Amino acid sequence: MSIASNRLFTRQDIIGFAVLAAVVFIVLPLTLDSFRLNLFGKYLTYAFVAVGLVLCWGAGGILSLGQGVFFGLGGYCMAMFLKLEASTPENTAIQSTPGIPDFMDWNQLTALPWWWEPFNTLTFALLAVVAVPVMFAFIIGVAMFRRRVGGVYFAIITQAFAAILTILIIGQQGFTGGVNGITDLRTLQGWDIRTDAAKETLYYVNGVLLFSCLLIAQFVRKSKLGRLLIAMRDQEDRVRFSGYDVASFKIFIFCLGAAFAGIGGAMFTLQVGFMSPTLVGIVPSIEMVIFCAVGGRLSIIGAVYGALLVNWAKTSLSESFPELWLFGLGGLFIAVVMLFPNGLAGLYADHVAPRIDRLLSRKSADVGPADDTARAAAE
Amino acid sequence: MSDKKIPAKMAGPSRRAFMAGTAAMTASLFLPKGLRAADFPTAEVNTTGLAVTDDTVTIGILHSVTGTMAISETGSVQAEKLAIDQINAQGGILGRKIEYIQEDGASDWPTFAEKARKLLVNDKVASVMGCWTSASRKAVLPVFEQHNGFLYYPTFYEGLEQSPNVIYTGQEATQQIIAGLDWVSETKGAKTFYLLGSDYIWPRTSNKIARKHIENFLEGSKVVGEEYYPLGHTQFNSVINKIRLRKPDVIYAIVVGGSNVAFYKQLKAAGIDPTGESPLVLTISVTEDEIRGIGGENIEGTYACMKYFQSLQNDNNLEFVKAFKEMWGEDIVIGDVTQAAYLGPWLWKAAVEKAGSFDINKVREAQIGVELDSAPEGYVKVHENHHLWSKTRVGRAQADGQYEVVFETAELVEPDPFPEGYQ
Repeated sequence: MSIASNRLFTRQDIIGFAVLAAVVFIVLPLTLDSFRLNLFGKYLTYAFVAVGLVLCWGAGGILSLGQGVFFGLGGYCMAMFLKLEASTPENTAIQSTPGIPDFMDWNQLTALPWWWEPFNTLTFALLAVVAVPVMFAFIIGVAMFRRRVGGVYFAIITQAFAAILTILIIGQQGFTGGVNGITDLRTLQGWDIRTDAAKETLYYVNGVLLFSCLLIAQFVRKSKLGRLLIAMRDQEDRVRFSGYDVASFKIFIFCLGAAFAGIGGAMFTLQVGFMSPTLVGIVPSIEMVIFCAVGGRLSIIGAVYGALLVNWAKTSLSESFPELWLFGLGGLFIAVVMLFPNGLAGLYADHVAPRIDRLLSRKSADVGPADDTARAAAE
Repeated sequence: MSDKKIPAKMAGPSRRAFMAGTAAMTASLFLPKGLRAADFPTAEVNTTGLAVTDDTVTIGILHSVTGTMAISETGSVQAEKLAIDQINAQGGILGRKIEYIQEDGASDWPTFAEKARKLLVNDKVASVMGCWTSASRKAVLPVFEQHNGFLYYPTFYEGLEQSPNVIYTGQEATQQIIAGLDWVSETKGAKTFYLLGSDYIWPRTSNKIARKHIENFLEGSKVVGEEYYPLGHTQFNSVINKIRLRKPDVIYAIVVGGSNVAFYKQLKAAGIDPTGESPLVLTISVTEDEIRGIGGENIEGTYACMKYFQSLQNDNNLEFVKAFKEMWGEDIVIGDVTQAAYLGPWLWKAAVEKAGSFDINKVREAQIGVELDSAPEGYVKVHENHHLWSKTRVGRAQADGQYEVVFETAELVEPDPFPEGYQ
């Protein structure tokens, strides 16, 4: 392994971060109207999940098909706070019990359930956005990884969790809003989140949070932990025999991915204005894996582009061909998997990065051997 | 309204609606002949920057044409396109042809919100025909209220809502439930009811209203069971066994979507043939569209409570069914919601012509009290609570997949989205 990849940022990393920052903070806001910008803000919330998946799946080899669970939990925590703020006694005067969320009233609840109470405070809600998904991930992680459940079995079990949570949310509609979700969210501490100006502010907040997550991810990738993860992915037993506690590392990285997803979910709720079980289940969870695969499962920056590209394609194809767009999208996925198995990032690493390197310097020390580690590091 | 005076140039069912619109205009200050665009300068009829030009006006169609809801929503899209075609064939609205932008909600509620925002903010559509499930409506509602859009929502639903930005062309829960329960109680002497439904807001709210009505208004009647199953559930054997034990007079079923197929087949396999009427099966969730999936032979004898059946024998409906089949094929069936979706463009046209403007605020005001006697379901009127006055009908399912109408209310039933005494 070359010495260069031990630095937190190689030159390629700096280029990658700088270009992404330019795209997110300068190009998109300048070229898009507020409606499209809000849409891209929504796409970027999925990028949080995709970045988490790069760490879990790309680096750690833990394929989770249930990231929607964490996205949803984060989103629901945020939505609960916003819903309580929107359900003032004045706003809900027509209900049998004013002051509780409308869907509770429809389901004959006459008082706020005790576990909703803490969500009256913003601080608690913000903590819960991260803490609840992490707790969930920790429980799943301990139960699975301590028993050395991995690979396909783990993927199936996470998928089952996604299904279970969806059924739970739909079934307990008096407490959760059921299949409609938690809708009609209006203000955050009195600040109307529905206006264009608010949407723009939220877009930037979202961008800053995403970059924070990217920096954390980059740090993890470049730390000893990052290299251990890759070692575990490729030869788990050797790492174990070397005396490392494999399960703890896996639990940690899975929890980190969950925390990212939770933040993404909360930002989704704020920007879209509601949260519903359709974002928790199996289908969105698999879609999130697709974002990651299209972007390149080894590259955190690639994952962001993957989320942007797939969602943008989804929107524009469905606008142009309302009845045929799913075929177009399906074709896109097949093409990506067949032609670029390492996604957009692989494409970049193979064709663009070497040229940039040649252009920028004569000493081509930064491009290491073409094994996965170096390639990932080069992004 | 005098049907005969106006030259019968316009074809089909459209003629009547045309008259409704014209009559409404005669009543206002505008000249009845003034249907050319030149009589309505764009600057005057469109003061809020909607997508109105000198010869076109653009509206949005927002339904799922992909995903699990596509099978249900396709009929609504077809009906709306038919209505738009017919209106255009008559010269459009205020001399302007209707153009539409169709967006796919993809059976996904955030997508509905996204597309609604696109239609209102980017495309500046003058109105939107759309949504089907309550969840999709709830998702787009804040968008419509924020950007002051105008939505025509076709599905029968649970009520408990009255947005200034929505016209509900389907029936709210009390319009669909109460008359049907009264009918089964009076003519069939039913006393005991077993309530059953898919587990989400509409069946639960509907059964709540049904239970209150049975317990408080039907003397000596009671509910002997109430159960819910997740959407897509296909194992009804346990509830069918319970039904056999409790022996209710009526199974009141609000099962939706694909679950229906399993439910009716298993019911029949378990020896409860709806044609025997013991117990009698009464539903508010199976239209002609669903019967195609269930199979007429499996559901024959079940009673459904709706406001519209394809088999209605009136001139409006005969012409509507004919035009619908001409446009979309002989095999097509038309359910309750499809007809309600067909009303959307017509109601909007009548309101715009009454207002003499496309401005949403003026259309909203003009919409109240608009009458259509051209509706396939018969005469309807817009209530000030944004729902329609309409009749409730009971039909008996036939083996050929159609309903035979066995009862209809004498008068229009008043919509009451927040029914007192039923909360």
